[in-house]
Amino acid sequence: MAIEDDVLVIGGGLAGVTAALAAADEGTQVRLVTYKQSTLRHASGLIDVLGYTPDGEGPIVDPFDELEELPEGHPYERVGVDAVRDALEFFDDVVGDAYAGGHTDDNALVPTHGGTVKPTARYPSATAAGVASAPEDTLLVGFETLPDFEAPLAAAHLEAAGAPFEARGVTITFPGIKRDDAKVTRYAHLLDWDESVDGTTGARDALAAAVSDHLEDESRVGFPAVLGDDHPEEVRADLEDALGVEVFEVPMGPPSLPGMRLEDVLYSALEEKGVRVTSGVPVVDYETNGDPGRIDQVIVDRNGADVPHHADQYILATGGLVGKGVSSEREGVFEPLFDCYVPHAADRYDWFVDDVFGDQPYARFGVVPDTELRPLDEDDEPEFSNLRAVGGVLGGYDYAAEKSGGGVSLSTGYVAGKRAAKQVGE
Amino acid sequence: MSDAEQPTDSHIPGTEEFEPVDVFPEANEMDLRPGADNCYKCSTCDTNCPVAEVDDDFPGPKFQGPEQWRLKRQDDYDIDESVMKCSNCLRCDSACPSSVPLSQMHNTARAEYVEKHMSKYSREYWRNRMLANYRRLAPLGAMFPRTANFMTSLPFTGFLGEKILGIAGDRDFPTFATETFRKWWTKRGGAKVSNPDKRVAYFHGCYSNFNTPEVAKALVRVYEHFGYEIMVPEQSCSGTPMFANGMLDDARRAAETNVPELAAAIDDGADIIASCSSCSMSLRQEYPELFDIEDIERVSANTWDAIEYLRVHEDLEGALEGATVGEEFDDFAYHAPCHARNQGLDGQTVELLGLVDDVDAYDVGDSCSGISGTYGWKAENYETSMKIGEEMFEHMEHAPADTGLTECPTCSMQMGHGTGYEIRHTLEVLEAALVGSETGDA
Repeated sequence: MAIEDDVLVIGGGLAGVTAALAAADEGTQVRLVTYKQSTLRHASGLIDVLGYTPDGEGPIVDPFDELEELPEGHPYERVGVDAVRDALEFFDDVVGDAYAGGHTDDNALVPTHGGTVKPTARYPSATAAGVASAPEDTLLVGFETLPDFEAPLAAAHLEAAGAPFEARGVTITFPGIKRDDAKVTRYAHLLDWDESVDGTTGARDALAAAVSDHLEDESRVGFPAVLGDDHPEEVRADLEDALGVEVFEVPMGPPSLPGMRLEDVLYSALEEKGVRVTSGVPVVDYETNGDPGRIDQVIVDRNGADVPHHADQYILATGGLVGKGVSSEREGVFEPLFDCYVPHAADRYDWFVDDVFGDQPYARFGVVPDTELRPLDEDDEPEFSNLRAVGGVLGGYDYAAEKSGGGVSLSTGYVAGKRAAKQVGE
Repeated sequence: MSDAEQPTDSHIPGTEEFEPVDVFPEANEMDLRPGADNCYKCSTCDTNCPVAEVDDDFPGPKFQGPEQWRLKRQDDYDIDESVMKCSNCLRCDSACPSSVPLSQMHNTARAEYVEKHMSKYSREYWRNRMLANYRRLAPLGAMFPRTANFMTSLPFTGFLGEKILGIAGDRDFPTFATETFRKWWTKRGGAKVSNPDKRVAYFHGCYSNFNTPEVAKALVRVYEHFGYEIMVPEQSCSGTPMFANGMLDDARRAAETNVPELAAAIDDGADIIASCSSCSMSLRQEYPELFDIEDIERVSANTWDAIEYLRVHEDLEGALEGATVGEEFDDFAYHAPCHARNQGLDGQTVELLGLVDDVDAYDVGDSCSGISGTYGWKAENYETSMKIGEEMFEHMEHAPADTGLTECPTCSMQMGHGTGYEIRHTLEVLEAALVGSETGDA
């Protein structure tokens, strides 16, 4: 007896969660298995669709103008432009007010913690007041104990990048933080709970007071993204009231609060839609039964015991080289779970080019899907009739250079979830 | 990276053939180097640590694990005493995207700290040793349960416990059952079902033997309902409270009893099942990580959570579909213990009770209960423990249920202490749904 579901999704990042939600929407019983806690904690929380063309042209104003032009084999070409629109609409429905950007097809330009500007399709509402296209003078505030955000440097970088406003950065002490290496969640919870920092003053008032000394005639203030974990709206509203200007967050590297908040929203949606989530244990193997082209069950390793999980349809959402959905050794590059075909040069010295920021072949490593998103073998035949692949494990695109990771995860996850659900029982 | 240091990844086909060059002689003992090297310092573990979240003096798992291990390579660095503040919840393990064996590193660092830096004459040492060795004290309580329960219920006892031993005076000592599970089992004449094809050996642990035999009895009835022959081998403590207190020698002694007994049961055709999520966690993960005892890997690979085992080996879902529990139970506020979460079992109870007609379990969220075994029993940790638990208490109160449900004995104590609710075990509910109550309205 295996643990039974209709659709089994392997991987708990943006692509896996989207696939699970889309399949559950069709009324099927879905289980999502994730080896470790969701990698959304590593994500900036920005949902990009396409910031630059594969040739490096950009930043792109309207990504939908460019999607049609993408080469055959690119994940967007596989699913089609309409699916990208549908997937974004699906995402907007799930996240509601927590995100902005759905009012236009055009990319927004969001300042990052390095002071660069990232073209992105959707962004957390906490970031909305900070978009670089708004000609509003800006004060960036960093904290002595949070070296990941160097506010004066980020401000100078923004100005150098030609932002249409004056930017200034200051570094202050965060009231109530006692450790030099305090966790980002510690900052967030001080503000969430409005903890008293000196016996009388709450953390929100104390922070506003510390900033107001530095505020000149800027009309908005940007903070590193630590303004609350459970109650970010309240925290921001209180700071805006106290300072009398707009307040926004600058997305940060891992561990990232906007990523965690997105994780919370998406995992709550999974619970609401009745998706079963198993986390903390890896899928390590699969079995077929008679037909070698069909997965019968997968094996989950629970601290040494093999626990079989059976479903009708499977979705592979294990990520790319960083997420370990694609692995390499000296002899070759491979997909470790189902051993799906991953095209790559025979000589490993051809996997990379010397220019670090050049056109790196390894960045495009991944499985090659048909338009149903089924991974194909070397002869262009589906590896399995009931396996689809989504997100980072797909090859044929360089998400870091194109700024397309979020959109590819959403659209392939959405399409695979819908189609898998439809195929259940066929 | 040289070949000698190539980290192995058990999920990559082909790595089995890799033979490392033995350049670090100490690697023959317990080599934590690949684990430390795997850490890319993303700090995800730190954001999951329930202690670091509420205690500014605790540097978090990233420091306690890989960073401290690296510092220890220098001769002039001793284990930092803050390692004793780690509650051993193991949340860092499931948070780490890079398979750093954080809890293993914490367990070894804590053992070294206790061994080298904690005075064997200190009150803290003896208090910890006493808490860790509950298995040795409990038989006394169980021998005279009424006297023991009366004594521990006196406010004076709590006061003395706090003043003399440093045990949190606000906590109520667990009540001893008037008859232990093992006594009941013997009196009953042992197994009622004999079946060489379906055998399980039950690792009941200390708590369901001395304090909640109703959980152990529920397990027996459910398993016999499915036609299993149950063995109840000799056993000692699983070691969980000993790991958490850095008493690795005590834990090893207990393991040296458990492993051969359980291995013998496996030889007789049984799989091992446990009803306590920390016991199964210990046998499955911590045993092979920390000890090198003959058969320990085999015991680990054949140990199961009792409910998970039924789900995989029987049509448990089919049996529960549309079943009823009757008057005995109403809806539950369910808390998934950290040690169940680490085995991927945190969704199991809610999934299964969803099939039963007249009862629902509401998950009260993924926060830690805060007691973490013996941790919250120490006077100096009491406040931190209750602060960690606050989120769970709130969610329990908001859930539309007045009874708590969990698989961990100490989480259960904390849930009861924080809310005043009665707390039950999932196996008791399964018993009601599948077998009916003892009077037999199945």
